Amino acid sequence: MDVLKIATAGSVDDGKSTLIGRLLFETNSITTDKLQAIEASSKKKGLDYVDLSLLTDGLIAEREQGITIDVAHIYFSTPKRKFIIADTPGHFEYTRNMVTGASNANVSMILVDARNGVVEQTFRHFYISCLLRIPKVIVCVNKMDLVGYTQQTFEEIKSEFMAFAEQVRFGGQEISFIPVSSLYGGNLLNPSEHMPWYEGAPLLSLLEQVPLEQQLSEEAGRFPVQYVVRPKSEEFHDYRAYAGKVASGLLRKGERVVVLPSGQETTIAKIEKFGREIEAAQAKESISLLLQDDVDISRGDMIVPLNQLPQQSRQLEATVCWMDKKPLRVGGTYLVQHGVNVAKAKISALSNLVDVVTLDRQADISELKLNEIATVQLRTAKEIFYDAFAVNKANGSFILIDEQTNATVGVGLIN
Amino acid sequence: MAIHTEVFPTELEDEAIYIIREVAAQFEKPVLLFSGGKDSITLVRLAQKAFYPAKIPFPLLHVDTGHNFEETIRFRNQLVEELGLELIVRYVQDSIDQQKVVEETGKYASRNVLQTVTLLDAIEEFGFDACIGGARRDEEKARAKERIFSVRNDFGQWDAKKQRPELFDMLNGRIHLGENVRVFPISNWTELDVWNYIKEEQLAIPSIYYAHERETFERDGQILPYSAFMTVTEDEPINTRIVRFRTVGDMTCTAAVESTAVEIDDIIDEILSATVSERGARIDDKRSEAAMEKRKQSGYF
Repeated sequence: MDVLKIATAGSVDDGKSTLIGRLLFETNSITTDKLQAIEASSKKKGLDYVDLSLLTDGLIAEREQGITIDVAHIYFSTPKRKFIIADTPGHFEYTRNMVTGASNANVSMILVDARNGVVEQTFRHFYISCLLRIPKVIVCVNKMDLVGYTQQTFEEIKSEFMAFAEQVRFGGQEISFIPVSSLYGGNLLNPSEHMPWYEGAPLLSLLEQVPLEQQLSEEAGRFPVQYVVRPKSEEFHDYRAYAGKVASGLLRKGERVVVLPSGQETTIAKIEKFGREIEAAQAKESISLLLQDDVDISRGDMIVPLNQLPQQSRQLEATVCWMDKKPLRVGGTYLVQHGVNVAKAKISALSNLVDVVTLDRQADISELKLNEIATVQLRTAKEIFYDAFAVNKANGSFILIDEQTNATVGVGLIN
Repeated sequence: MAIHTEVFPTELEDEAIYIIREVAAQFEKPVLLFSGGKDSITLVRLAQKAFYPAKIPFPLLHVDTGHNFEETIRFRNQLVEELGLELIVRYVQDSIDQQKVVEETGKYASRNVLQTVTLLDAIEEFGFDACIGGARRDEEKARAKERIFSVRNDFGQWDAKKQRPELFDMLNGRIHLGENVRVFPISNWTELDVWNYIKEEQLAIPSIYYAHERETFERDGQILPYSAFMTVTEDEPINTRIVRFRTVGDMTCTAAVESTAVEIDDIIDEILSATVSERGARIDDKRSEAAMEKRKQSGYF
């Protein structure tokens, strides 16, 4: 069974919680005791309806203020697929949470209130979906019941959205629109009788049909070494395997490979999973690799097929989203964590601050503040083996860590 | 009965193994929190797979409330022996004897809250910098907000507002001396995923997960196991029922469900058609709406 990861963002008002609540309810993913608990809380708050946002707003502070602050993870499944929703807040102040929630998504689900049409948050959410190269975007035009289920409203929103989208989308990204009424369940699981003019599939079938990123296996093979397994037992006296998760592409038994940074060449002797031998391993698989020759390899090194070398450099240029209250400045030093490889880094230049709503760019900037996105150049203490994010997501991103606080302060998508 | 075509999503296993290997690589003194329940049994299998054919490079820690199901303890000892694991046990009773905590009284008395102190003491005693736990985000709404690497301060406290963003699959386990990280490799699994995994891997589990005869009594609409640790009032008659447990915690705060499930497929069918959530059987969560978040703030896992 495969897993589809969905990122959603938005405010309480656009009906996102109601939509998610209904998906859970209709797929039998929410139990009576949980429903009763939120019914009771809704009553306690003096509401005359069941506030489904209480399902996902799990923190005291969120319930107090009636807003989503942090990413919540929601799970449901159908006989076809398991779904994980990363439900994130939509306001500017929470851009970093949106980026975090969307970083692993296969699908971005954007909600638009049919009465209000496209708003600032819609643009922000879409921009971030493009920045993170999410291959599929589903725009749910919600609350169709409040606009008389008219096709014209739907079409107008669609054109307005596309006018913005054409400026930022990337080649191959698919965008679908669907008119829904989450209050009445229209076009969620079943086609809505009020909107015969909509010929597409209901939301859940759409989600069941989204193709998962098959291209991962077509990408270059990247194997970051995570851990060296050496049992040193009598039975496995000379056993030495390199454990890790295939970042992208395919690795095959018998294949010639290069170990980076040493540059030594060898052959994959065996690929194992818990003692079971397999012929090939693909992206996302956690495996152990045994090599033909004794090569010096440690955590952070990368094993790649001979004819598929990554870029290697100590100078990186990346689009960075900043996530810390203390701004990023030129000259600042941080740790860069690229996959499982960590190196010291110094910021050498900062430019191109982007306003994700107006798309205005500011070339000359001196610092990058919380939630801002700009182009950053940095120099690392050792060579990084990377691909451009646009070519290979798994090997094209890094996080920045503040050495004093140990906090994760930024994310970079390598240009 | 529901027909299930569900199978275990292998991606979840790959992710969990990756997380466990990160723990071994990033920390000096990790430990696996083991309760003898299905989630921690799953963790042990995942850890075995992560390092095979080498041994699991960290010990197991059981915080024993003294109010356990004896079946769980027997199972724990057997598993540890079979797999040649190192087990550390620390007792809530010792924390009570040292007057660090005071036993609760009344009919709802439980040692569930007290075990946090014993856990924090054990972390300090051994200098553990990472504690692997079997909590899942689908269990409870505060847990739905947890990170995979959840940083705790030197008092073991969780600060929901200061969580580190986790981007892609990159895990940042850097901490200051005295802090520790709670690690949740099966964050993205649901109860059903765990059962499907147990089935696929043919893992042994304590017998109390299957239907059995037991002395029980009813309280607040739930069936509770009768034991010497329970204060039972006169209007709570004790009856023998055929029950099983969906979750295994302290005997004083774990409710049973009436069930005829004798095989793992029966359990899976039951869960697929259940109208009550797993934590619905945990009395410790019912103390208030924010019971879990508050316990996490004081160092619970």
